[in-house]
Order: sequence, then structure tokens, then C-alpha cells
Amino acid sequence: MKQMLLSAIAIIPLVVAVHAAPISYKLPEETAAFKPGPNLDVVQNNCTGCHSADYIQTQPRSVKSKKDFWQAEVTKMIKTYGAPIDDGDVGKIVDYLAATY
Amino acid sequence: MLDRREWMKRAGMAALAAGFDARSALALDSVTLPFDNGERPLVKYPQKRPMIGLTSRPPQLETPFHIFNDGPITPNNAFFVRYHLAGVPLDIDPDTFTLEVKGKVDHPLKLSLREIRKLKSTEIVAVNQCSGNSRGFFSPRVAGGQLANGAMGNARWHGVPLKTVLDIAGVQQGSKQVTFNGMDGPVSDKTPDFVKALDLDHARDGDVMLAYGMNGEDLPVLNGFPLRLVVPGYYGTYWVKHLNEITVIDHEFDGFWMKTAYRIPDTPCACLEPGTAPKATIPINRFDIRSFITSVADGAKLKTGKIILKGIAFDGGKGIKEVAVSTDGGKSWTSAKLGRDFGKYSFREWHLPLKLAAGDHEVKVRATSNAGETQPDAPRWNPAGYMRNVVETVRVSVV
Repeated sequence: MKQMLLSAIAIIPLVVAVHAAPISYKLPEETAAFKPGPNLDVVQNNCTGCHSADYIQTQPRSVKSKKDFWQAEVTKMIKTYGAPIDDGDVGKIVDYLAATY
Repeated sequence: MLDRREWMKRAGMAALAAGFDARSALALDSVTLPFDNGERPLVKYPQKRPMIGLTSRPPQLETPFHIFNDGPITPNNAFFVRYHLAGVPLDIDPDTFTLEVKGKVDHPLKLSLREIRKLKSTEIVAVNQCSGNSRGFFSPRVAGGQLANGAMGNARWHGVPLKTVLDIAGVQQGSKQVTFNGMDGPVSDKTPDFVKALDLDHARDGDVMLAYGMNGEDLPVLNGFPLRLVVPGYYGTYWVKHLNEITVIDHEFDGFWMKTAYRIPDTPCACLEPGTAPKATIPINRFDIRSFITSVADGAKLKTGKIILKGIAFDGGKGIKEVAVSTDGGKSWTSAKLGRDFGKYSFREWHLPLKLAAGDHEVKVRATSNAGETQPDAPRWNPAGYMRNVVETVRVSVV
């Protein structure tokens, strides 16, 4: 009896501990994909490491020059975000983006 | 009887089943935001109701606008989500979480969540708004997250004034700024980590808060669980999520997210001739004033008769003095009645009974702050698509 009482007391702080259970959050699966287009493989290899394809899909289409717009974006990814893109791939990526989005 | 370990395990599993499991998440439907290329999926994330999906990795979710008509407080499960970098913390143990306070302080600290919760707490109702809220409406369009007006929300934040913690740590003479880093980070070590800075006086103003509670609950994971910075009146970029590192420094912080990103033109209106580049820039800071009609959507068809027009207004912390409505395209204005005052950083509801004659009408809303700031008739422009605050217009046909 004494032992049962002790174990009942021991349970009390447990409630507090449970309140702070570790949290494990599961993000939904990624469904956005790049549209088919020239150099698609180059784009997939260089862009998907850091972000999903919807970053590109949602950008405005009604810009003065798509080539200038996407060149600026790719340059920003390399210069400011440190994307490790080979010089030879830059033109291919810009061409794909300007032609496809 | 279950032993202690088994009991905890089951409780933990129940907590997961109660709301953090995303396996059933699917795109439910789609919405079209009112600008070119505005098609977006409606997505279901754990702890969130269906939200407008801007991007999935890292997640960016926009609040469907009709929710702002439900009341002045934005529910946690409808609050917008914005991340910059895909290293989002998904496994967080509140028991082992610590907030480090270091740099130019006499007593460097490592505080557990429990220790933070023991400090004298406070509450503040404050709007959080993304710098780029409404960017999709810019003309000419600019690169960036193409948001409509739903990257904002108003919550009752619960936590400890940052000043309290800085005072315990003992800020040293000659200190200038305080920097804030969270558990989220970049995928590549070449990408600058998301770190923001506030001037020391601002950090110690008593309003800036370390918040662990939001509308009476823990912070949702995607809104910064277990601790985030709340900077009332300032754009969301400063409201660092999953905050675990505070550093007091004796110089101006020159990290990428202050020195290069989130800059606005150094002009009185923070605006430029569309399509031009700024000569000088400063870090984005306080909200400009905004107001919205929430009870009637653009393009709505109404029947003749009396309606109660409803909406919200807010500014960077002076408080709303007046909201006026025009039903004739801006020629004449009528003051609306303001709703309950939740403090100078909160959404302020307003309403106005209206009787519209048959025909097409342009209904406009314009707020004025206690400091006299008001909204421009024509949109201002800047290259990053920040701080939109034009007088909003809703076109309605009355039959």
C-alpha cells in the first residue's frame, strides 16, 4: 500500500513533463515541378537544392524583358545567396527560364 | 498501469496525431489572386486551415483575405507563414531549447524555456506584416514573393519584454545594436544565415518582446515555436522565428539581411519613379498606414438596400485616428465608426452603414493616424515591392 502511494506521488510531476513533449512537424510533400523546356536537367540540378519550383512558377510574366528579369534573378542567386552554379550553366538556365516562364 | 516512459511515449504520439502530422496534406483547390499569374493552390499544413500556397520549400503561406472580416484577431491556424531559407526546424524539444544571450553583456545567459516563462510576462496585440505584402499588385511588377494582401495578421502575443532579459544579462557601456538569430538556416553554407538587428534603444523600449504565446496558445511551429521576436509596428522581417541567439554588439551589424536585403529608398516616401534605382537606401523599418474593406470583395454584386460596410486599419504604432469611406471614386468622404481599441499596434476595426443606388460604384477606404499620416491616392513604387499602402478600391455593382 505504501509502495502504491509512493508511485502515485511519483506520477504527479509527469504531467508537467508531458506538456513539453518534443514536437515533430511534417511538411506536406512537395508537388510543384519545373515545366518541360530546354536544359531542364541543368535547371533541376542547380536550382532545386535550395528551393522548390514554385519560386519560379509564381514570378510575374508581364515584365519588360524576360531575359533581363531572369538574368538578374540567377545573378542574385549566385552573388548574394552563394548558389554554386558553373559559369557555363548560367546562360542555359537563363534561356530556359526566359523561354518557359 | 503504464510505466512512466510508456506513458510519455503515448502522450507524445497523441500530440502528434492531434495536429502535427502532414501525411494527409493535399492541395485542396486553387484560388486566383487578382493579378497576372495569380493562380495558387489552397494547401493544408499541420496546425493550419487551408491557406494560399505561395511556395512549398521553404514554406510560404498567405492568409485568405476573407478571414480578416471575421474579427480583429487573426486565428493562429490562419496566420501567414514566411521563411527565407529551407533549413526549417521541424524537430523541436521545448525541454532542451535554450536562448543564448551573449556579446557585450556582463552576464552571458543560456535560458531554458521554463526559465523564460518564469520571468514576469506581458501581452501586446500587434500586427505582423510582411515587407512584401501586396507585392503582386506592383506596377511595373517586381521580382519576389508575389503576394496579395494576406501576408499580414494581428495576434495577442504573450511573452517577456526583451528589455527584461537584456537587463538580466547587463548590457555593457558602448553597445550599439542587438542581433537576433533563429534555429532556421540556409541549406548551403554559402548562403547568409537569417540574422536581423535592432538599435539598442529600440531593443530596450519595453514593447519589443520575446513571445512564446500567441492568442492564448503556444506559437504554431511555422510561426516560430517555441520563441519568436515580436517587434510591434515593424515589418515582419524583424520578427525572428525560433529565436535562440541574441548578441549585443558595439557596432552597426553588417550582415546580408540588414546591409543588402530589406532596404528601402532613402526618400521621404520610400518610393521612386517606377522602374528606376535608388541613390541611397536604409533598412526597412516601421509600417506605413493601411486600411482595407473586408466585408465586400472587389467585383461583388450587391442588391439595393442598406449594407454595413466593414474593414480594418492599422499603422506603425501611432494608432488610428480616422477611417473614411468614399462611394464616388474619391470625390467625397464619410467617416466610419471605429471599433474596439486593442492598442496602437493592433488592427482597428471600422464599420459604416451604406445605402448604394443601383449602378456601378468605386468604394474606397482611407485611414489617418494619430500622427496625421494618411494613404496615397496613387500607389507608390520601389524596386523590392515593399510597403504598398495605396488607398484601396473595391468595385461593386448594385442591382
